[in-house]
Amino acid sequence: MKMEYLRGVSTLKLDAAKCIGCGMCAAVCPHAVFRIEGRKAAITDADLCMECGACAENCPAQAITVKKGVGCAQAVRMGFLKGTEPDCGCGDGSSCC
Amino acid sequence: MSENALKVTFSPKLTPVRPSAVETVSSDYTRADRLAVWKARWGINRMAYRVKPGLYALGSPAADSPVFASANYKLSFDALRTNLNGLNAWLLVLDTKGINVWCAAGKGTFGTLELARVISETGLEKKVSHRNIILPQLGAPGVSAHKVKARTGFSVVYGPVRAEDLPEYLRLGRATPEMRRVRFDFSDRMILAPVQLVNFGRYMLPAAALLYLLGFRADAAYTAGALFAGGALVPALLPWLPGRSFAVKGAAAGLLVAALIALARQQSAVQFAARALIYASAASFIGLDFTGASTYTSLSGVKKEMRLAMPAQALALATGLAMLAAKGFLL
Repeated sequence: MKMEYLRGVSTLKLDAAKCIGCGMCAAVCPHAVFRIEGRKAAITDADLCMECGACAENCPAQAITVKKGVGCAQAVRMGFLKGTEPDCGCGDGSSCC
Repeated sequence: MSENALKVTFSPKLTPVRPSAVETVSSDYTRADRLAVWKARWGINRMAYRVKPGLYALGSPAADSPVFASANYKLSFDALRTNLNGLNAWLLVLDTKGINVWCAAGKGTFGTLELARVISETGLEKKVSHRNIILPQLGAPGVSAHKVKARTGFSVVYGPVRAEDLPEYLRLGRATPEMRRVRFDFSDRMILAPVQLVNFGRYMLPAAALLYLLGFRADAAYTAGALFAGGALVPALLPWLPGRSFAVKGAAAGLLVAALIALARQQSAVQFAARALIYASAASFIGLDFTGASTYTSLSGVKKEMRLAMPAQALALATGLAMLAAKGFLL
């Protein structure tokens, strides 16, 4: 299926000046948000980004920033109720994800 | 009882990894494994499906055999070992508290520090002559490949998203673009539907039964219908339900089911309108929760959607209840 969620919300940012063109972001992204062109990474469509944070975590040049989080309504609700960051609560004794 | 089921231990407590003890596992997928998967999906003793963290030998691996990392959730570990049929390999199981690779990577328990810990505590560098570990691609949100390299000397190589692509990945020596993308096909969505149905059915089915016993038979049907709409129709019809928002998709599924029930029960327009507001908002709420099961929703998107959807759901519910109350007083 086509996987397009809400438009214009992703916090993904790429600083092309810092990029060393290693291609790790393109390798780890599960939604093919990156492509490598002219030995630099480029964002194809930021609306496909689910903010999993894999690219930023694996960028050795720290050229990528994204506010990493789980896109889960239950997690946002639990975080709001407990006053913490959204957390899916999949811990001991829980039955989430 | 298969030999395999005995060898893969499900320890509820965490055991420190011992370098000396390398357990052997097979790549067979048994009936016991299949039953365990079914039970896990329906939330039956879900947290019992833990594999002991540590290093496992698949077949009879040698010093030059490949190393694959996995989570200590039985379904993750089974996906790995059964797809490496015929291969001699080392399987490195991280302690992710019984959570699958992707969710654990999101929380960081399938992460740089845990990978480094297991590498060091299992004495992996003495077992293998090379310095490569193949990780599932979905472990990447928690693991920083360059930091693992700096800490342990091991190079992280990201394999395919799905373990079923491992044979082809190993044959090609690389992952194709198709292997790198997550999917959310009908079957992917439907295996996650039971989680939602159990979560909400726990409250809504007893509520429906109570309404039925009190004589509100239409409302019993609507309640069960809302559960079906949000919990089963949203996953099943996700690409075809209108909008990008899961709350809107849930409301649409709820309206559809409510309309079918109203037709079957020949309800008046006012009665239907009140029920449609109440039960479509319930289905919308359940549908919104399916964002947690989806493979493509972002936190920023879910937050935006909730800011709009929650007040709308509350308003629809209140309006519907007010209509029913007004009608009750009028009659």
